Amino acid sequence: MTASIPQAQPASTHIAPQADHAGSALNWMQRIANLRARLFLAALIVGFEIWARLSFGGTFILNPFNIQSIAIFAVAPLLLATGQTFVIISGGIDLSLGFIMGLAAVVAAHVINWATPGMGFPLAVLFGALVAVLVAGLPGVVNGLLVSRLRVPPFIGTLGMFGVARGVAFLLAGGTTVPVRNEFFAAIGNGKFLNVPYIVIITAIFVVAMHYVLSQTRFGQHNYAIGANARAARRAGIDIKWHLLRLYILSAMCAGLAGVVYSARFSAGAARAGEPLLLDCVAAVVIGGASLFGGSGTIFGTVAGALVIAVIQYGLVFVNVEPFWQFISVGVVIIISVLIDRAQRRFTGGRIDE
Amino acid sequence: MNSSAEPLLDVRNLSKNFAAVQALKDFSMVVRPGEVVAPAGDNGAGKTTLIKAISGVYKPSSGEIRLRGEPVSFATPQEARDKGIETIYRDSALADNLSIGANIFLGREPMRKAFGFLPVLDRKKMADAAKSTMALLDFHVNRMEAPVSNFSGGQRRAVAIGRAVYWDAQILIMDEPTAALGVPEQRKVISLIHQLKARGRGVIFISHNLQDIFAVSDRIVVLRRGVQAGERKISETTHDEVVKLMVGG
Repeated sequence: MTASIPQAQPASTHIAPQADHAGSALNWMQRIANLRARLFLAALIVGFEIWARLSFGGTFILNPFNIQSIAIFAVAPLLLATGQTFVIISGGIDLSLGFIMGLAAVVAAHVINWATPGMGFPLAVLFGALVAVLVAGLPGVVNGLLVSRLRVPPFIGTLGMFGVARGVAFLLAGGTTVPVRNEFFAAIGNGKFLNVPYIVIITAIFVVAMHYVLSQTRFGQHNYAIGANARAARRAGIDIKWHLLRLYILSAMCAGLAGVVYSARFSAGAARAGEPLLLDCVAAVVIGGASLFGGSGTIFGTVAGALVIAVIQYGLVFVNVEPFWQFISVGVVIIISVLIDRAQRRFTGGRIDE
Repeated sequence: MNSSAEPLLDVRNLSKNFAAVQALKDFSMVVRPGEVVAPAGDNGAGKTTLIKAISGVYKPSSGEIRLRGEPVSFATPQEARDKGIETIYRDSALADNLSIGANIFLGREPMRKAFGFLPVLDRKKMADAAKSTMALLDFHVNRMEAPVSNFSGGQRRAVAIGRAVYWDAQILIMDEPTAALGVPEQRKVISLIHQLKARGRGVIFISHNLQDIFAVSDRIVVLRRGVQAGERKISETTHDEVVKLMVGG
């Protein structure tokens, strides 16, 4: 037991975060860890630039076509990753996003085809996009209820919804891709404004709005608190069940938007639109600085994470390396990123095992 | 203490049954402004049941709780908190990744309008409130934006106490506030409790450690198997007497 406690000390006490005592080396460590996705991105761009110049005397990043292609590459994974960022910060994970995206792509294609004769091109697109995003919200409702009310672990609950959304998407598509007959939709998917593709503009606006929600609203603040200490959040009077329900609907709707953007870009809805993107979106969030234990992460970090993956994928093709190296490179970046995170936590007083 | 002052909290004949088990039987105690009262007893004596009944976690089976003379009844801990009864849990209930200010305002964050229309979190207000509240408790913080995981155990407990103070809690229930802290940290928490006394708050102090209880309390109320086994002023009793009351010697 403790030794006897002397009477109160009136002396005033000065609080300095422990990190301050430890000197500037640790501050640097923390800063590097926080910016790791951006540093990766810079290193990759410089690396590919040097490679391109040495091997065939061309430029990589100064070529506007390359920038455009990388941005288009990054759009769909980034939209998924935006929703995933919220979920991972809350301490959960949403495995159903890839097939919710496919579901939304198929629904958008069908609804736009159905509505175009009656409504005309632009209105049908608006209507179809709206319906697709709302339909995408339904699996989000189920995910949210499973996780919040029935206390199903997010990994399992959303894995179940992964299967359900996949099956429904393929059934709706009749096992094939659904072509869209609407020129306006195709124009949005492939057109440009001042050389910037519309879908990149839409994604950028959406991402900024989501950054606002995460960093400036109570919803975002409660999301961080729940991820760090759900019990503390409940004791502070936060309605965790209501929060989680809205959270999974939000992430599913992000996937819904990704599905709409996909079907605009290819003028077709496909159930497997998001199949290869699910793990990419988790990777983007993790590379972007979020912890899978919850409580940390930012939208702009995720943007950098998604760009890292897109630059690797596009860059390796550009310098003519076999595409399978993509998987290896992205895998290595994920592992390095998590190692940096662990090291940073160990040295800066943040606890690892929570 | 001024024993003639009107009690802040008046617990009268409180009982709580769990099925056939009577965890608390006809228990009474008062807490006056600026007073630290320590319910003491062995494990299972009913301390936890008592504080959970006062803080709105349990609904008492019978009896009455009066706050400044008015009978109250809480359906949830939030209702108790709204009436000024705040519990400081031993595993301090903080979100480690947020700043002191964000923790103080957790669940009731202040908003302001950016550009005249866009509602955003008012971080400046949170930081200012954190600074002034912590200064009130004689803790001076220099990095307001640092997450509380950067602070030590005692400092984090100070933040939890600061949150209660900021929201004007009149009664603070402290469950083992010095547990798992080093000696210097324990001293800080003890000095915080003295600060609270000086500000006229009532404190219910739960501890397994009699030394702690004797260091900060004004009165000790002994529980034995759910009943009040005696009440003593700290200045008029000894460790031995309290232990005898606790074990029924």
